[in-house]
Amino acid sequence: MEINQKLNIENVIEVNDLCKSFGTNTVLNHFNFKLKRGENAVVLGKSGSGKSVFIKCIIGLLAADSGKINVLDYNISDLNSDALDALRMRMGFLFQSNALYDSMTVRENLEFPLRRHGKDMSNKEVDAAVKEALESVGLPHTEKMMPSELSGGMKKRIAIARTLILKPEIILYDEPTTGLDPITGREIDDLIVKIQRDYKTSSIIISHDMHCVKAVANRIVMLIDGRAYMEGDYSSLSTCGDQKVLDFFE
Amino acid sequence: MANLSVKAFLIEAGEIVRFASRFFSALFKPKQEWKELLRQSYFIGYKSLGLVGLTAFIMGLVLTIQSRPTLVEFGAEAWLPKMVSVSLIREIVPVITALICAGKIGSSIGAELGSMKVTEQIDAMEVSGTNPFKYLVVTRVLATSLMIPVLAVIAAAISLYGAYLGTNIKGVVSWQLYWTQVFDALTYSDAMPAFVKTYFFGFAIGIIGCYKGFNSSKGTEGVGQSANSAVVLSSLMVFVIDLIAVQLADLMGLT
Repeated sequence: MEINQKLNIENVIEVNDLCKSFGTNTVLNHFNFKLKRGENAVVLGKSGSGKSVFIKCIIGLLAADSGKINVLDYNISDLNSDALDALRMRMGFLFQSNALYDSMTVRENLEFPLRRHGKDMSNKEVDAAVKEALESVGLPHTEKMMPSELSGGMKKRIAIARTLILKPEIILYDEPTTGLDPITGREIDDLIVKIQRDYKTSSIIISHDMHCVKAVANRIVMLIDGRAYMEGDYSSLSTCGDQKVLDFFE
Repeated sequence: MANLSVKAFLIEAGEIVRFASRFFSALFKPKQEWKELLRQSYFIGYKSLGLVGLTAFIMGLVLTIQSRPTLVEFGAEAWLPKMVSVSLIREIVPVITALICAGKIGSSIGAELGSMKVTEQIDAMEVSGTNPFKYLVVTRVLATSLMIPVLAVIAAAISLYGAYLGTNIKGVVSWQLYWTQVFDALTYSDAMPAFVKTYFFGFAIGIIGCYKGFNSSKGTEGVGQSANSAVVLSSLMVFVIDLIAVQLADLMGLT
């Protein structure tokens, strides 16, 4: 299957009737979702409501119990592991814990996806890609540092740089500002908006940080009781009159 | 309560066997991780050499000093190099080397993979187009299986040197006479089963360390538990494998 085909589709991700349970605990119950090309969609919900599970199903880290997930027009449950790897090259995933490799330098962390995805690049091209990714997150002189030497905000930026290095069409952010101080959190918000503008990415942002939601969202989907309870932009949801939704905005 | 713990033990044993079979199926799939295998062999082999060597030297020296009085009592002091060398090569060096490695390498693999699991580094590897099982588990299990026999051979040589020094503390045995007696005493059936079982020790240490780390949970507390249970279980497995190896060698007439 040719996964590198660039298709001119409007919805880069389409999720229909997604169900996922852990034992008797149902976290996603016929969840439906669409991500339009070029938009930043925030999935907002309480802790433990299944937001992270949802994006892990999209990237294939968790298998859905039922339902259909189409990414760039490919049904991910139809893909073998090679095809799924090829599709993952076109997606980036920012982990809540950053997931930087402790035993590698910043440079090695950034090189890892480039080398592993089998991109046939010369050392010069790898150099340029690493420099560009680091400059785009504002940390050009950290190549030789180890993750343990970085602050929380710097780790988050390096994790974003590692996500960006393959120039993905879609980025999935798992709680990008959790655990950061408000000032650093705002810097990360600005960075997410800058990435959307400069790299023309489409993104799903999982968050319950309302400052982040307000700053980055083009559209917000409320995930309540495993379903897409309501959706709209920040101003429409914050004045909708539904108490379950308003609880997040107050 | 007893039923529960037997059931838990059997479930865990089954899971480890399944994990080991996954290792063999991944081992023969294409795209080998040679660079990572070399890196792990360096860490597991070279970085453990000092500790294993020192322990082997002390074991050789101490065993000789401890054995002398009994042999003197029976007027068999001249048998000291022969008796010590057979004990060291057949049993003490392979088992002590494996136990040292279970402590040093088993715990480090369990803690490293456990920490990678709870901080989502293994998931990050998977989304970076890497099979984490092949990259992390296959390379480490291969490295322990290949390096522990090498460490055991080096440890055997060092322990025999320690025994030579021990022999000469209260007696005088020339360098040449000592080694002549050692090589006269040792046969193929002493060395070969001892060498072969170190591969199985290495495999068990690698697979248990990786299994415990790969299945770590409950955050940092889980990482500590993984490291600890990797050491306990792999040390126990060293003795179980040793027992089986002795029985098999006996059945094959190699004792």
